[in-house]
Amino acid sequence: MIHQEAQGYWLIVTSFLVAYVLAVLPMPQWLMWARPEWLALVLIYWVIALPHRVGMLSALVLGVMLDALEGAVLGQNAFSLVVVALLCLILYQRLRVFSVLQQAGTVFVLVGINQLVCQWVQNLEGVGSPSMVFLLPAVSSALLWPVVLQVLRRLRRHYGVS
Amino acid sequence: MGLRLLLAIFVVLSLITADLRYKRLETTRSILDMLGSPIYWLADLPLRIRDWGEVRVQSREQLLEENERLTRKNLVLQGRSQQMAALQAENVRLRGLLNSTAMLRDDVLVAELVGVSPDPVRHQLVLNKGEIDGVFVGQPLIDADGLMGQIVEVSPATSRALLITDATHSIPVQVNRNGVRAIAEGTGSLGALEIRHVSATTDIQVGDLLETSGLGGRFPGGYPVAVITEIDLDPGQMFAHIVARPSAALDRSRHVLLVFATHAPAPVDPAPAAAPIAVTPKAADDPRDE
Repeated sequence: MIHQEAQGYWLIVTSFLVAYVLAVLPMPQWLMWARPEWLALVLIYWVIALPHRVGMLSALVLGVMLDALEGAVLGQNAFSLVVVALLCLILYQRLRVFSVLQQAGTVFVLVGINQLVCQWVQNLEGVGSPSMVFLLPAVSSALLWPVVLQVLRRLRRHYGVS
Repeated sequence: MGLRLLLAIFVVLSLITADLRYKRLETTRSILDMLGSPIYWLADLPLRIRDWGEVRVQSREQLLEENERLTRKNLVLQGRSQQMAALQAENVRLRGLLNSTAMLRDDVLVAELVGVSPDPVRHQLVLNKGEIDGVFVGQPLIDADGLMGQIVEVSPATSRALLITDATHSIPVQVNRNGVRAIAEGTGSLGALEIRHVSATTDIQVGDLLETSGLGGRFPGGYPVAVITEIDLDPGQMFAHIVARPSAALDRSRHVLLVFATHAPAPVDPAPAAAPIAVTPKAADDPRDE
């Protein structure tokens, strides 16, 4: 049992590392607002696929690291990712039988909630975004969901991580 | 699940409170920055490879041409700095006569950008110099054209700088033309600073250069900050609405300079003797003027 738990750990960790790199990749100024929330996408996938292994405490640790990378208030992304992980843990049985389009719709809502929580903490600090433009990542993340799903699903099945 | 949720919410809320309210997480941040620096390094790798490739595939002619151009530019700059040396010596002498502190040349350290904060509302840069290079919190950051910002976080090998355009940043400035003092606040947009609380009658014009005033003790005086681009005098408002464009290339500079300001005391020997002589004629002048 313990052997099974530890198996495939490297794949999960590597996918999150790749998500971090994509999250800080230099981008042109005009694209900055539409950067997909890579870490949230990968987290959503793993919570739906392996809810017994990736959950709210993983989201907490991942979020604090992202805060440090972004230079944000420590706890901002941790908060939003914990909320996303919680919703995924409640919804994962339904999400698994959804079609890709329905899943993309749910991802739009989940990342939107993620952005709202981030915006709320940023407003506490006084640096909130001037308009609704902070919701753009929800759109781009939903559009990218089918790709992320296919890549991670194939990798997971290929290496038999469960 | 309930217990984990409670634990996670508790940790998150205490982190946010500790960071926002008490600013007590510098060490934690420094450790996390250290852990995160390989991620920034990896994300920067494509650009680095492209730069490296560009240098490698340049032809001999191009390199020779560039070399010649740089030699010429160097000559011009050296010529100018000769004059600078004379002016600086004169400035120190005159300041000694006026009994004020001497302005010394600041030392700089060249740093390279390894990352930009991915969050568009945060104007922060990650630099490849850290505590082991002597970088400290509050250190000013400039590029070839002007002031960029200041260091806000230091980890052993990297540091994080806040740009002057960040919405949480303000800097004391003065107009280069007449010395009018003001505060320039970041707006959250990379191309604009807002000058706050300047009354409508103040002598300030479009095209005026704003430089650091040195007040507040954080930035050394005399570095160019921004150029006034827009003045809106609305009779219904208490203050003029003034917008300035930062002089530094905030979104383009890849190499930046960290300034080590040398706060030296006034030259000791001429000051005590010169002080009474310098002050007396001025005091005598004043009544005559009135």
